Amino acid sequence: MKFFAALVDYLPAFGHGLWLTVALTFIAAAIGFIASIPLVLAILYGRKAWKLLAKGFITLVRGTPLLVQLFFIYYGLPALGLRINPFVAALIGFILNSAAYQAEYLKGGFLAITTEQMEAAYSIGLTKWQAVRFIIFPQAFRFAIPALSNEIIYLVKYTSVAYIIQVPELLSQAKFFASDTFFHLETYLLIGAVYLALIWIVSKLTDALEKKLYIPGFDISHLR
Amino acid sequence: MLESLVYVLTNFPLLLKGVWIAVLITVCSMLLGMVLGIAVAFLRIYGKKPVRKAVSVYEWIFRGLPQLVMLFIVYFGLPELGLNLGPFLSVVLALGLCSSAYQAQIYRGAILSIGSEQMEAGLSLGMTKTQTLFHIILPQAVRLSLPGFTNEFTIVLKDSPLAYAVGITEILKYGRDLIVTSFRPFEIYLACALIYFVLFQLFFYLFKYVAGRYTVPGFLINE
Repeated sequence: MKFFAALVDYLPAFGHGLWLTVALTFIAAAIGFIASIPLVLAILYGRKAWKLLAKGFITLVRGTPLLVQLFFIYYGLPALGLRINPFVAALIGFILNSAAYQAEYLKGGFLAITTEQMEAAYSIGLTKWQAVRFIIFPQAFRFAIPALSNEIIYLVKYTSVAYIIQVPELLSQAKFFASDTFFHLETYLLIGAVYLALIWIVSKLTDALEKKLYIPGFDISHLR
Repeated sequence: MLESLVYVLTNFPLLLKGVWIAVLITVCSMLLGMVLGIAVAFLRIYGKKPVRKAVSVYEWIFRGLPQLVMLFIVYFGLPELGLNLGPFLSVVLALGLCSSAYQAQIYRGAILSIGSEQMEAGLSLGMTKTQTLFHIILPQAVRLSLPGFTNEFTIVLKDSPLAYAVGITEILKYGRDLIVTSFRPFEIYLACALIYFVLFQLFFYLFKYVAGRYTVPGFLINE
């Protein structure tokens, strides 16, 4: 009971933290998604140099820990004269990661679509770009929704790492609160429940998106 | 530029000292996750209905909790209940619990993709249930779960630097100590990233090699 009494004063701080967590997740997911499209196109249809560049980027980002990347961006880049605040540093890190991972999932979606469709598109006079834009991408995106929604869930979880570079997000607020009031166990259990709730909301939203974009008769399960 | 390179190279052995602890955290967490994960996978498949339900809630919770929050619950929260594990065990427990939920799914998928007919075939040959499990099902399930296991291992390896948050001296902390005296964050963190990258590739190809070594010719798995 004392715990909840203490919590009341800190609610605005928690609200601010929650807002930052949500903002980090959604901005990173949205920009990451947009950035992942050219990455996939470069890997699948690009010239050799672009392909190598895109693949190299993805391998580098996926091959190093997020925390190390955040340290590099937040503490390393200012040494080159590029001073950024923690939120922006975290955002850059999350965007890079989310672009790399989403590109990988989107690629899976693209690869699930047979090459005949590309040929069919050519044969009715579409250009390569048109074929990708109107025929391949709409299907590939639908294929990739479950994997992409997983990626957003990962993002929600990993925004907590931003605490270590002093972004005042949800976990940071919990840490302040717990150090002030000594309710460590209660605080972190509560915060854990908040993260679970966020993830539940994200999965419901992506389920709804999948349903909304569902085309009756366009059943893809037999292709998997 | 050259000066930076010389600096990083001369201090590289210090950073490498952190590799040992990073690998130790990863391996211990993976082992804990494996033991729990296998148990959870079996309960999820062969358990009674309430057990299956409970186990799926377990999976949902530990897959949903951020690793860092889990670490804080264990490291800062459990001492309130009189259980003070210290930083190393806390990291292993936190990462292990989170990993167990993911590993459970990997093993469950592997066991389920070996049809129940094989169990029946084993029984009809006069083998006991345990014999069939150990001689027929598991050798195949282990092979099937290797790609997922490799993936999960690299994920845990990439989560291991979170140990920094509870003051464990791993690669990042050694790097930080160097920066305090030299103020070269750019080079040092780049070197840290490089070390993790090499470690990541090393384990990735190690597991790939192991998987290749244990493939059974003609035993094709349709994915």
